[in-house]
Amino acid sequence: MKIEFKLVRNTVVVKLKGELDMLIAEKLRQEIDSRLEDKRVNNLIINLEKVTFIDSSGLGVIIGRYKKIASRKGRMYIVGASPSVEKILKFSGINKLIPIYKSEQDIINI
Amino acid sequence: MNIKNYVRLEFPSLPENVSFARSCVGAFAAQLDCTLEEIGEVKLVVSEAVSNCIIHGYENRNNEKIMVMVSISDDRSLEIIVDDYGKGIVDIKQALQPTFSSDASRMGMGFTFMKSFMDNVEVVSTVGEGTSVTLRRQFMSHNKEALA
Repeated sequence: MKIEFKLVRNTVVVKLKGELDMLIAEKLRQEIDSRLEDKRVNNLIINLEKVTFIDSSGLGVIIGRYKKIASRKGRMYIVGASPSVEKILKFSGINKLIPIYKSEQDIINI
Repeated sequence: MNIKNYVRLEFPSLPENVSFARSCVGAFAAQLDCTLEEIGEVKLVVSEAVSNCIIHGYENRNNEKIMVMVSISDDRSLEIIVDDYGKGIVDIKQALQPTFSSDASRMGMGFTFMKSFMDNVEVVSTVGEGTSVTLRRQFMSHNKEALA
């Protein structure tokens, strides 16, 4: 799995490529958390456009980051999920906590 | 009901092997003429079951053994058995309940996915000896000619 980060004002955007399972979960957790240590960061966007698979290990990383962001009254979004990945996100109910958008542009337009 | 084909996999409890196991079972299940969505569901349940072996059965030790046995029968049913020889489950009923913890390593949905995407899930476990999870699903034919 490839992980890319960018910082846009007070928002960390993490773009993932590959499969999101237990192999990458811990590393991803640590990498996102290290960027969230910056107190200026309030919001998090997870771009799943190039994610081909997700299981409950991946869901656990996402929901764990939601709690961190929520504790600082920030916002979190998921973008770009393919139909198969979005199906799993919705099945888990994550979409009730974290809005899912088609693209980062859609969030800017909110 | 006769078994048409089967495969047995044995591999160490390495996280790298979760992807391998689900890809292998997914490829094997493709013999059933199922949809991509159905194969995706099979791969997901295998991912959950094998991950459970590593994380819970073996508490993330990487030099233990996991067995996956897959068979296809002539009635288009698929059976997947995932075995570990780890610590076992004290309360299977509790383990099968969905849990939601925002700091949980995996969100506690593994068995929920298995129960939702398979027709039948059986868990047999002995504390100190290991756990065996059997997953079964019946596939319908998508071949319109076969229905005529």
